Amino acid sequence: MYPMIKIEGVRHAYKTATGPLPVLDGLEVEVKEGGFVAVVGPSGCGKSTLTKLVAGLMKPDTGRVMVHGEVVTGPRATVGMAFQNPVMLEWRTILENIVLPLEIVPNKLTKAEKMERANYLLELVGLAGFGNKRPSELSGGMRQRASLCRALVHKPEVLILDEPFGALDAFTREDLWQTMHKVKAEEPFTGVLITHDLRESIFLADTVVVLSQRPARTQYVLDVPDTGPRTLDDLYTPETAEMLNILRHQIEVAQGRVAA
Amino acid sequence: MAYVPDMKMRSAGGSFVKALTSRAVLAPVAAVLVFLVLWEALVWVNGWPNYVMASPSDLPPAYAKYWGLFLEMGWQTLWRTVVGLVLAVIVGLFLGMIMGFSKLMRDALYPLLVGFNAIPKATVVPIVALMFVGDHNFNTILMAFMISFFPIAVSVSIGLSTLEPEYRDILRALGASQSTIFWKIALPKTLPEFFGALKVAVTLAFIGTNLMEIVSPHGRGLGALFDSGKTNSDYPLMFAVLIALAALGIVLYYAVVALEKIFAGWAERPQG
Repeated sequence: MYPMIKIEGVRHAYKTATGPLPVLDGLEVEVKEGGFVAVVGPSGCGKSTLTKLVAGLMKPDTGRVMVHGEVVTGPRATVGMAFQNPVMLEWRTILENIVLPLEIVPNKLTKAEKMERANYLLELVGLAGFGNKRPSELSGGMRQRASLCRALVHKPEVLILDEPFGALDAFTREDLWQTMHKVKAEEPFTGVLITHDLRESIFLADTVVVLSQRPARTQYVLDVPDTGPRTLDDLYTPETAEMLNILRHQIEVAQGRVAA
Repeated sequence: MAYVPDMKMRSAGGSFVKALTSRAVLAPVAAVLVFLVLWEALVWVNGWPNYVMASPSDLPPAYAKYWGLFLEMGWQTLWRTVVGLVLAVIVGLFLGMIMGFSKLMRDALYPLLVGFNAIPKATVVPIVALMFVGDHNFNTILMAFMISFFPIAVSVSIGLSTLEPEYRDILRALGASQSTIFWKIALPKTLPEFFGALKVAVTLAFIGTNLMEIVSPHGRGLGALFDSGKTNSDYPLMFAVLIALAALGIVLYYAVVALEKIFAGWAERPQG
Protein backbone atom coordinates (compact mmCIF):
# COMPACT_ATOMS: atom_id res chain seq x y z
CA MET A 1 0.00 0.00 0.00
CA TYR A 2 1.34 3.43 -0.91
CA PRO A 3 1.49 6.18 1.68
CA MET A 4 -1.29 8.80 1.71
CA ILE A 5 1.21 11.66 1.83
CA LYS A 6 4.74 11.44 0.47
CA ILE A 7 7.14 14.37 0.40
CA GLU A 8 10.32 13.52 -1.48
CA GLY A 9 13.49 15.60 -1.61
CA VAL A 10 11.60 18.88 -1.53
CA ARG A 11 13.55 22.10 -1.79
CA HIS A 12 11.92 25.49 -1.85
CA ALA A 13 13.04 29.11 -1.69
CA TYR A 14 11.02 32.29 -1.38
CA LYS A 15 11.89 35.15 -3.67
CA THR A 16 12.74 38.25 -1.66
CA ALA A 17 14.14 41.66 -2.50
CA THR A 18 17.59 40.54 -1.31
CA GLY A 19 17.59 37.32 -3.33
CA PRO A 20 16.19 33.82 -2.83
CA LEU A 21 15.53 32.78 0.77
CA PRO A 22 15.75 28.97 1.03
CA VAL A 23 13.18 27.61 3.50
CA LEU A 24 13.10 23.91 2.72
CA ASP A 25 16.17 21.90 1.75
CA GLY A 26 15.80 18.14 1.70
CA LEU A 27 12.41 17.52 3.21
CA GLU A 28 11.31 13.88 3.50
CA VAL A 29 7.98 13.04 5.12
CA GLU A 30 5.81 9.98 4.71
CA VAL A 31 2.39 9.43 6.24
CA LYS A 32 0.48 6.21 5.75
CA GLU A 33 -3.25 6.21 5.17
CA GLY A 34 -4.98 6.99 8.46
CA GLY A 35 -1.67 8.01 10.00
CA PHE A 36 -1.08 11.12 12.02
CA VAL A 37 2.24 12.91 11.74
CA ALA A 38 3.29 15.81 13.94
CA VAL A 39 5.92 18.20 12.61
CA VAL A 40 8.02 20.07 15.16
CA GLY A 41 11.01 22.34 14.72
CA PRO A 42 12.49 25.70 15.62
CA SER A 43 10.44 28.84 15.01
CA GLY A 44 10.41 30.05 11.44
CA CYS A 45 11.91 26.84 10.04
CA GLY A 46 9.36 26.45 7.27
CA LYS A 47 6.70 24.32 8.90
CA SER A 48 3.85 26.38 7.50
CA THR A 49 5.40 26.20 4.05
CA LEU A 50 5.10 22.45 4.34
CA THR A 51 1.33 22.71 4.93
CA LYS A 52 0.94 24.97 1.89
CA LEU A 53 2.76 22.41 -0.24
CA VAL A 54 0.51 19.56 0.90
CA ALA A 55 -2.60 21.73 0.42
CA GLY A 56 -1.49 22.53 -3.12
CA LEU A 57 -1.33 26.27 -2.45
CA MET A 58 2.35 26.28 -3.49
CA LYS A 59 4.58 24.20 -5.71
CA PRO A 60 8.07 23.18 -4.58
CA ASP A 61 11.06 24.32 -6.62
CA THR A 62 12.38 20.76 -6.75
CA GLY A 63 11.19 17.44 -5.40
CA ARG A 64 7.71 15.96 -5.26
CA VAL A 65 4.71 16.20 -3.01
CA MET A 66 2.29 13.34 -3.49
CA VAL A 67 -1.13 12.85 -1.97
CA HIS A 68 -3.01 9.60 -2.52
CA GLY A 69 -0.46 8.50 -5.10
CA GLU A 70 -0.80 11.62 -7.25
CA VAL A 71 1.64 14.50 -7.57
CA VAL A 72 0.09 17.63 -6.08
CA THR A 73 -0.14 20.30 -8.79
CA GLY A 74 -2.79 22.59 -7.31
CA PRO A 75 -5.54 22.83 -4.72
CA ARG A 76 -7.60 19.68 -4.24
CA ALA A 77 -10.91 19.43 -2.48
CA THR A 78 -9.77 16.36 -0.51
CA VAL A 79 -7.85 18.54 1.95
CA GLY A 80 -9.20 20.18 5.09
CA MET A 81 -7.37 22.91 6.98
CA ALA A 82 -7.51 24.45 10.45
CA PHE A 83 -5.22 27.22 11.65
CA GLN A 84 -4.07 28.75 14.91
CA ASN A 85 -6.37 31.67 14.16
CA PRO A 86 -9.83 30.05 13.89
CA VAL A 87 -11.19 32.61 11.42
CA MET A 88 -14.97 32.54 11.15
CA LEU A 89 -17.26 34.58 8.94
CA GLU A 90 -18.84 36.82 11.57
CA TRP A 91 -22.01 37.41 9.57
CA ARG A 92 -22.85 33.72 9.44
CA THR A 93 -24.02 31.42 12.22
CA ILE A 94 -21.70 28.63 13.36
CA LEU A 95 -23.68 26.10 11.27
CA GLU A 96 -23.43 28.30 8.17
CA ASN A 97 -19.71 28.66 8.78
CA ILE A 98 -19.21 24.92 9.01
CA VAL A 99 -20.99 24.15 5.74
CA LEU A 100 -18.89 26.73 3.85
CA PRO A 101 -16.59 24.10 2.24
CA LEU A 102 -19.68 22.26 0.95
CA GLU A 103 -20.62 25.42 -0.97
CA ILE A 104 -17.33 25.17 -2.85
CA VAL A 105 -16.55 21.48 -3.16
CA PRO A 106 -18.85 19.86 -5.73
CA ASN A 107 -21.32 17.52 -4.00
CA LYS A 108 -24.86 16.24 -4.29
CA LEU A 109 -25.97 16.96 -0.74
CA THR A 110 -29.26 18.76 -0.12
CA LYS A 111 -29.32 21.71 2.23
CA ALA A 112 -30.92 19.56 4.93
CA GLU A 113 -28.22 16.91 4.53
CA LYS A 114 -25.49 19.55 4.83
CA MET A 115 -27.03 20.89 8.02
CA GLU A 116 -27.39 17.37 9.37
CA ARG A 117 -23.72 16.69 8.70
CA ALA A 118 -22.68 19.96 10.38
CA ASN A 119 -24.86 19.24 13.40
CA TYR A 120 -23.39 15.77 13.72
CA LEU A 121 -19.85 17.22 13.72
CA LEU A 122 -20.80 19.89 16.26
CA GLU A 123 -22.05 17.18 18.57
CA LEU A 124 -18.87 15.17 18.01
CA VAL A 125 -16.65 18.05 19.16
CA GLY A 126 -18.91 18.88 22.10
CA LEU A 127 -20.65 21.93 20.66
CA ALA A 128 -24.16 20.49 20.36
CA GLY A 129 -26.74 23.29 20.48
CA PHE A 130 -24.32 26.02 19.46
CA GLY A 131 -25.06 25.84 15.72
CA ASN A 132 -27.25 28.93 15.63
CA LYS A 133 -24.89 31.14 17.64
CA ARG A 134 -22.72 33.80 16.04
CA PRO A 135 -18.95 33.31 16.12
CA SER A 136 -18.60 36.39 18.35
CA GLU A 137 -20.60 34.57 21.03
CA LEU A 138 -18.08 31.72 21.26
CA SER A 139 -14.88 31.48 23.30
CA GLY A 140 -11.51 30.84 21.67
CA GLY A 141 -11.64 27.12 22.43
CA MET A 142 -15.18 26.79 21.08
CA ARG A 143 -14.24 28.66 17.89
CA GLN A 144 -11.35 26.26 17.42
CA ARG A 145 -13.72 23.31 17.79
CA ALA A 146 -16.04 24.86 15.21
CA SER A 147 -13.08 25.48 12.93
CA LEU A 148 -12.25 21.77 13.22
CA CYS A 149 -15.81 20.90 12.15
CA ARG A 150 -15.45 23.16 9.11
CA ALA A 151 -12.19 21.44 8.19
CA LEU A 152 -13.89 18.02 8.36
CA VAL A 153 -17.32 18.74 6.89
CA HIS A 154 -16.46 17.62 3.34
CA LYS A 155 -14.83 14.39 4.57
CA PRO A 156 -11.30 15.28 3.51
CA GLU A 157 -8.72 12.52 3.09
CA VAL A 158 -6.04 14.78 4.55
CA LEU A 159 -6.47 17.08 7.53
CA ILE A 160 -3.88 19.81 7.95
CA LEU A 161 -3.66 21.41 11.38
CA ASP A 162 -1.33 24.40 11.58
CA GLU A 163 -0.77 25.00 15.31
CA PRO A 164 -4.52 24.84 15.97
CA PHE A 165 -4.18 24.74 19.76
CA GLY A 166 -1.27 27.18 20.07
CA ALA A 167 -3.30 30.16 21.30
CA LEU A 168 -5.41 28.27 23.85
CA ASP A 169 -4.93 27.97 27.60
CA ALA A 170 -3.49 24.70 28.92
CA PHE A 171 -6.77 23.18 30.15
CA THR A 172 -8.68 23.96 26.98
CA ARG A 173 -5.80 22.57 24.98
CA GLU A 174 -5.83 19.24 26.81
CA ASP A 175 -9.60 19.08 26.33
CA LEU A 176 -9.15 19.55 22.62
CA TRP A 177 -6.45 16.89 22.44
CA GLN A 178 -8.95 14.39 23.76
CA THR A 179 -11.56 15.69 21.35
CA MET A 180 -9.10 15.08 18.50
CA HIS A 181 -8.81 11.39 19.45
CA LYS A 182 -12.59 11.08 19.58
CA VAL A 183 -12.94 12.79 16.20
CA LYS A 184 -10.27 10.62 14.60
CA ALA A 185 -12.03 7.46 15.78
CA GLU A 186 -15.36 8.57 14.25
CA GLU A 187 -14.15 10.46 11.18
CA PRO A 188 -10.99 8.78 9.91
CA PHE A 189 -8.46 11.07 8.22
CA THR A 190 -4.76 11.25 7.53
CA GLY A 191 -3.38 14.05 9.67
CA VAL A 192 -0.53 16.52 9.50
CA LEU A 193 -0.13 18.54 12.68
CA ILE A 194 2.24 21.49 12.92
CA THR A 195 3.02 22.25 16.54
CA HIS A 196 5.46 23.77 19.00
CA ASP A 197 4.23 21.60 21.85
CA LEU A 198 6.23 18.36 22.18
CA ARG A 199 3.74 16.77 24.59
CA GLU A 200 0.97 17.54 22.11
CA SER A 201 2.92 15.88 19.31
CA ILE A 202 3.42 12.68 21.35
CA PHE A 203 -0.16 12.62 22.60
CA LEU A 204 -1.78 13.06 19.21
CA ALA A 205 0.57 11.68 16.55
CA ASP A 206 1.92 8.26 15.68
CA THR A 207 5.00 9.79 14.05
CA VAL A 208 6.87 12.92 15.09
CA VAL A 209 9.10 14.58 12.49
CA VAL A 210 11.73 17.03 13.75
CA LEU A 211 12.81 19.64 11.22
CA SER A 212 16.17 21.40 11.30
CA GLN A 213 16.59 25.14 11.38
CA ARG A 214 15.87 27.02 8.13
CA PRO A 215 16.41 25.87 5.43
CA ALA A 216 14.60 22.90 6.91
CA ARG A 217 15.42 19.27 6.25
CA THR A 218 14.06 16.23 8.00
CA GLN A 219 16.41 15.86 10.94
CA TYR A 220 14.81 13.14 13.01
CA VAL A 221 11.78 10.87 12.93
CA LEU A 222 10.29 9.43 16.10
CA ASP A 223 7.74 6.62 16.03
CA VAL A 224 5.30 6.79 18.91
CA PRO A 225 4.40 3.19 19.78
CA ASP A 226 0.74 2.25 19.48
CA THR A 227 -0.40 1.19 22.94
CA GLY A 228 -4.12 1.47 22.39
CA PRO A 229 -6.35 4.44 23.19
CA ARG A 230 -4.42 7.25 24.83
CA THR A 231 -5.41 9.12 27.96
CA LEU A 232 -3.86 12.18 29.57
CA ASP A 233 -2.30 9.86 32.17
CA ASP A 234 -0.12 8.41 29.40
CA LEU A 235 1.68 11.75 29.29
CA TYR A 236 3.22 11.06 32.68
CA THR A 237 4.68 7.60 32.08
CA PRO A 238 8.45 6.95 31.97
CA GLU A 239 8.14 5.97 28.29
CA THR A 240 6.65 9.36 27.44
CA ALA A 241 9.30 11.15 29.48
CA GLU A 242 11.94 9.25 27.52
CA MET A 243 10.40 10.29 24.18
CA LEU A 244 10.08 13.89 25.32
CA ASN A 245 13.76 13.88 26.25
CA ILE A 246 14.73 12.62 22.83
CA LEU A 247 12.60 15.26 21.10
CA ARG A 248 13.85 18.06 23.32
CA HIS A 249 17.41 17.04 22.55
CA GLN A 250 16.64 16.98 18.83
CA ILE A 251 15.13 20.48 19.00
CA GLU A 252 18.24 21.77 20.76
CA VAL A 253 20.35 20.20 18.03
CA ALA A 254 18.12 21.86 15.44
CA GLN A 255 18.56 25.20 17.12
CA GLY A 256 22.32 24.70 17.06
CA ARG A 257 22.58 24.85 20.85
CA VAL A 258 24.12 21.40 21.28
CA ALA A 259 26.02 19.08 18.95
CA ALA A 260 24.27 16.01 17.62
CA MET B 1 -26.72 34.39 -2.95
CA ALA B 2 -23.64 35.29 -1.05
CA TYR B 3 -25.26 37.14 1.80
CA VAL B 4 -28.77 37.07 3.20
CA PRO B 5 -29.68 39.93 5.55
CA ASP B 6 -30.86 38.89 8.96
CA MET B 7 -34.64 39.19 8.92
CA LYS B 8 -34.83 39.75 12.66
CA MET B 9 -33.18 43.13 12.23
CA ARG B 10 -36.12 44.51 10.27
CA SER B 11 -39.08 43.68 12.49
CA ALA B 12 -39.26 47.17 13.96
CA GLY B 13 -42.81 47.95 12.74
CA GLY B 14 -44.78 46.44 15.63
CA SER B 15 -42.93 48.30 18.34
CA PHE B 16 -42.98 51.70 16.60
CA VAL B 17 -44.67 53.61 19.42
CA LYS B 18 -42.41 52.02 21.95
CA ALA B 19 -39.40 53.00 19.86
CA LEU B 20 -40.54 56.66 19.75
CA THR B 21 -40.56 56.89 23.53
CA SER B 22 -37.32 54.99 24.01
CA ARG B 23 -34.23 56.60 25.42
CA ALA B 24 -32.50 56.30 22.03
CA VAL B 25 -35.06 58.76 20.59
CA LEU B 26 -35.80 60.97 23.60
CA ALA B 27 -32.15 61.70 24.41
CA PRO B 28 -31.23 63.27 21.03
CA VAL B 29 -34.57 65.16 20.87
CA ALA B 30 -33.87 66.62 24.30
CA ALA B 31 -30.37 67.56 23.19
CA VAL B 32 -31.78 69.44 20.16
CA LEU B 33 -34.27 71.31 22.39
CA VAL B 34 -31.54 72.31 24.84
CA PHE B 35 -29.44 73.51 21.90
CA LEU B 36 -32.30 75.67 20.56
CA VAL B 37 -32.97 77.17 24.00
CA LEU B 38 -29.31 78.05 24.48
CA TRP B 39 -29.19 79.59 21.00
CA GLU B 40 -32.29 81.69 21.69
CA ALA B 41 -30.83 82.77 25.05
CA LEU B 42 -27.50 83.72 23.47
CA VAL B 43 -29.20 86.04 20.96
CA TRP B 44 -31.59 87.47 23.58
CA VAL B 45 -28.88 88.14 26.22
CA ASN B 46 -26.67 89.94 23.73
CA GLY B 47 -29.56 91.78 22.18
CA TRP B 48 -28.37 90.89 18.69
CA PRO B 49 -30.55 92.04 15.78
CA ASN B 50 -31.30 89.29 13.28
CA TYR B 51 -28.73 90.55 10.76
CA VAL B 52 -26.03 89.62 13.28
CA MET B 53 -27.58 86.33 14.22
CA ALA B 54 -31.13 85.12 13.77
CA SER B 55 -32.67 83.28 16.69
CA PRO B 56 -34.72 80.06 16.56
CA SER B 57 -37.91 82.07 17.05
CA ASP B 58 -37.19 83.90 13.77
CA LEU B 59 -37.22 80.62 11.86
CA PRO B 60 -40.88 79.51 11.88
CA PRO B 61 -42.01 82.73 10.16
CA ALA B 62 -39.33 82.20 7.51
CA TYR B 63 -40.49 78.61 6.92
CA ALA B 64 -44.14 79.74 6.86
CA LYS B 65 -43.39 82.41 4.29
CA TYR B 66 -41.33 80.25 1.93
CA TRP B 67 -42.56 76.71 2.61
CA GLY B 68 -43.22 76.06 -1.07
CA LEU B 69 -39.71 77.09 -1.97
CA PHE B 70 -38.24 75.03 0.85
CA LEU B 71 -39.99 71.89 -0.38
CA GLU B 72 -38.99 72.47 -4.00
CA MET B 73 -35.40 73.49 -3.30
CA GLY B 74 -34.96 70.87 -0.58
CA TRP B 75 -36.03 68.20 -3.04
CA GLN B 76 -33.59 69.58 -5.66
CA THR B 77 -30.73 69.44 -3.18
CA LEU B 78 -31.70 66.03 -1.90
CA TRP B 79 -31.97 64.22 -5.23
CA ARG B 80 -28.74 65.72 -6.59
CA THR B 81 -26.92 64.73 -3.42
CA VAL B 82 -28.28 61.20 -3.54
CA VAL B 83 -27.38 60.75 -7.23
CA GLY B 84 -23.89 62.08 -6.52
CA LEU B 85 -23.58 59.65 -3.61
CA VAL B 86 -24.72 56.70 -5.70
CA LEU B 87 -22.05 57.56 -8.27
CA ALA B 88 -19.50 57.90 -5.46
CA VAL B 89 -20.45 54.45 -4.15
CA ILE B 90 -20.10 52.84 -7.58
CA VAL B 91 -16.78 54.50 -8.44
CA GLY B 92 -15.48 54.25 -4.85
CA LEU B 93 -16.25 50.53 -4.68
CA PHE B 94 -14.59 49.95 -8.04
CA LEU B 95 -11.45 51.91 -7.14
CA GLY B 96 -11.37 50.28 -3.71
CA MET B 97 -11.59 46.84 -5.29
CA ILE B 98 -8.72 47.29 -7.70
CA MET B 99 -6.56 48.93 -5.05
CA GLY B 100 -7.50 46.30 -2.46
CA PHE B 101 -6.64 43.33 -4.62
CA SER B 102 -3.59 44.67 -6.46
CA LYS B 103 -0.62 46.11 -4.65
CA LEU B 104 0.60 47.56 -7.93
CA MET B 105 -2.63 49.50 -8.43
CA ARG B 106 -2.55 50.63 -4.81
CA ASP B 107 0.98 51.99 -5.17
CA ALA B 108 0.10 53.60 -8.49
CA LEU B 109 -3.23 55.24 -7.59
CA TYR B 110 -2.83 56.28 -3.97
CA PRO B 111 -0.74 59.44 -4.47
CA LEU B 112 -3.05 60.51 -7.27
CA LEU B 113 -6.16 60.06 -5.14
CA VAL B 114 -4.63 61.75 -2.10
CA GLY B 115 -3.56 64.69 -4.22
CA PHE B 116 -6.99 64.93 -5.77
CA ASN B 117 -8.61 64.83 -2.36
CA ALA B 118 -6.25 67.50 -1.01
CA ILE B 119 -7.45 70.11 -3.49
CA PRO B 120 -10.01 72.35 -1.73
CA LYS B 121 -13.25 71.65 -3.52
CA ALA B 122 -14.31 75.31 -3.27
CA THR B 123 -11.57 76.04 -5.82
CA VAL B 124 -12.89 73.35 -8.16
CA VAL B 125 -16.43 74.74 -8.15
CA PRO B 126 -15.80 77.73 -10.44
CA ILE B 127 -13.71 75.57 -12.79
CA VAL B 128 -16.43 72.96 -13.12
CA ALA B 129 -19.09 75.68 -13.42
CA LEU B 130 -17.16 77.17 -16.33
CA MET B 131 -16.40 73.83 -17.98
CA PHE B 132 -20.04 72.81 -18.19
CA VAL B 133 -21.81 76.13 -18.28
CA GLY B 134 -25.56 75.79 -17.87
CA ASP B 135 -25.53 72.11 -16.93
CA HIS B 136 -26.54 72.91 -13.40
CA ASN B 137 -27.79 69.42 -12.50
CA PHE B 138 -24.73 67.79 -13.97
CA ASN B 139 -22.33 70.21 -12.26
CA THR B 140 -23.94 69.80 -8.88
CA ILE B 141 -23.99 66.00 -9.04
CA LEU B 142 -20.38 66.04 -10.22
CA MET B 143 -19.31 68.11 -7.21
CA ALA B 144 -21.24 65.89 -4.77
CA PHE B 145 -19.56 62.87 -6.34
CA MET B 146 -16.04 64.32 -6.42
CA ILE B 147 -16.07 65.31 -2.79
CA SER B 148 -17.44 62.02 -1.47
CA PHE B 149 -15.94 59.07 -3.37
CA PHE B 150 -12.53 59.26 -1.70
CA PRO B 151 -13.37 57.88 1.79
CA ILE B 152 -15.30 55.04 0.18
CA ALA B 153 -12.43 54.05 -2.12
CA VAL B 154 -9.89 54.16 0.71
CA SER B 155 -11.93 52.22 3.24
CA VAL B 156 -12.90 49.49 0.77
CA SER B 157 -9.30 49.08 -0.36
CA ILE B 158 -8.09 48.85 3.24
CA GLY B 159 -10.85 46.40 4.11
CA LEU B 160 -9.90 44.14 1.21
CA SER B 161 -6.14 44.34 1.62
CA THR B 162 -6.32 43.50 5.33
CA LEU B 163 -8.31 40.32 4.79
CA GLU B 164 -6.78 37.61 7.02
CA PRO B 165 -4.76 35.20 4.85
CA GLU B 166 -6.40 32.24 6.59
CA TYR B 167 -9.75 33.02 4.94
CA ARG B 168 -8.15 32.99 1.55
CA ASP B 169 -6.16 29.82 2.22
CA ILE B 170 -9.15 27.85 3.46
CA LEU B 171 -11.17 28.65 0.35
CA ARG B 172 -8.29 28.45 -2.13
CA ALA B 173 -7.24 25.05 -0.77
CA LEU B 174 -10.71 23.80 -1.73
CA GLY B 175 -10.29 25.13 -5.26
CA ALA B 176 -12.42 28.29 -4.93
CA SER B 177 -11.98 30.96 -7.61
CA GLN B 178 -11.01 34.59 -6.93
CA SER B 179 -14.55 35.74 -7.61
CA THR B 180 -16.00 33.19 -5.17
CA ILE B 181 -13.59 34.47 -2.52
CA PHE B 182 -14.67 38.03 -3.29
CA TRP B 183 -18.42 37.42 -3.10
CA LYS B 184 -18.42 34.98 -0.19
CA ILE B 185 -15.81 36.59 2.02
CA ALA B 186 -14.10 39.79 0.94
CA LEU B 187 -17.19 41.84 0.08
CA PRO B 188 -19.33 41.04 3.15
CA LYS B 189 -16.27 41.39 5.37
CA THR B 190 -15.67 44.91 4.04
CA LEU B 191 -19.28 46.08 4.57
CA PRO B 192 -18.73 47.58 8.07
CA GLU B 193 -15.82 49.68 6.78
CA PHE B 194 -17.85 50.60 3.71
CA PHE B 195 -20.78 51.88 5.77
CA GLY B 196 -18.45 53.77 8.09
CA ALA B 197 -17.09 55.59 5.06
CA LEU B 198 -20.56 56.10 3.59
CA LYS B 199 -21.60 58.01 6.73
CA VAL B 200 -18.71 60.39 6.18
CA ALA B 201 -19.47 60.57 2.47
CA VAL B 202 -23.12 61.56 3.06
CA THR B 203 -22.23 64.79 4.83
CA LEU B 204 -19.41 65.51 2.39
CA ALA B 205 -21.77 65.09 -0.56
CA PHE B 206 -24.08 67.74 0.93
CA ILE B 207 -21.16 70.13 1.10
CA GLY B 208 -20.40 69.45 -2.57
CA THR B 209 -24.00 69.97 -3.66
CA ASN B 210 -24.32 73.24 -1.76
CA LEU B 211 -21.00 74.64 -2.86
CA MET B 212 -22.18 74.37 -6.44
CA GLU B 213 -25.70 75.60 -5.73
CA ILE B 214 -24.40 78.69 -3.95
CA VAL B 215 -21.64 79.60 -6.37
CA SER B 216 -23.11 78.90 -9.75
CA PRO B 217 -25.32 81.65 -11.21
CA HIS B 218 -29.01 80.88 -11.63
CA GLY B 219 -28.57 77.90 -9.36
CA ARG B 220 -31.33 75.91 -7.79
CA GLY B 221 -31.64 74.02 -4.54
CA LEU B 222 -31.23 75.06 -0.93
CA GLY B 223 -27.81 76.57 -1.73
CA ALA B 224 -29.45 78.95 -4.20
CA LEU B 225 -32.15 79.78 -1.66
CA PHE B 226 -29.39 80.66 0.79
CA ASP B 227 -27.77 82.85 -1.82
CA SER B 228 -31.04 84.68 -2.53
CA GLY B 229 -31.46 85.25 1.21
CA LYS B 230 -28.03 86.84 1.21
CA THR B 231 -28.83 89.02 -1.80
CA ASN B 232 -32.11 90.23 -0.26
CA SER B 233 -30.66 90.68 3.25
CA ASP B 234 -33.24 88.17 4.51
CA TYR B 235 -31.18 86.87 7.42
CA PRO B 236 -33.79 84.62 9.01
CA LEU B 237 -34.13 82.91 5.61
CA MET B 238 -30.38 82.21 5.52
CA PHE B 239 -30.47 80.62 8.96
CA ALA B 240 -33.62 78.70 8.06
CA VAL B 241 -31.77 77.22 5.06
CA LEU B 242 -28.88 76.15 7.28
CA ILE B 243 -31.26 74.36 9.64
CA ALA B 244 -33.07 72.74 6.70
CA LEU B 245 -29.71 71.49 5.38
CA ALA B 246 -28.87 70.10 8.79
CA ALA B 247 -32.23 68.31 8.88
CA LEU B 248 -31.68 66.81 5.41
CA GLY B 249 -28.19 65.71 6.46
CA ILE B 250 -29.59 63.96 9.52
CA VAL B 251 -32.26 62.20 7.45
CA LEU B 252 -29.73 60.88 4.91
CA TYR B 253 -27.29 59.88 7.64
CA TYR B 254 -29.90 57.79 9.43
CA ALA B 255 -30.99 56.27 6.13
CA VAL B 256 -27.41 54.98 5.85
CA VAL B 257 -27.51 53.77 9.45
CA ALA B 258 -30.69 51.81 8.65
CA LEU B 259 -29.04 50.22 5.60
CA GLU B 260 -26.03 49.37 7.74
CA LYS B 261 -28.24 47.63 10.29
CA ILE B 262 -29.76 45.47 7.58
CA PHE B 263 -26.59 44.54 5.71
CA ALA B 264 -23.85 44.74 8.33
CA GLY B 265 -25.77 44.41 11.58
CA TRP B 266 -23.65 41.39 12.47
CA ALA B 267 -20.67 43.65 13.07
CA GLU B 268 -22.39 45.24 16.06
CA ARG B 269 -21.36 43.64 19.31
CA PRO B 270 -24.16 43.26 21.84
CA GLN B 271 -23.66 45.86 24.56
CA GLY B 272 -23.80 45.21 28.27
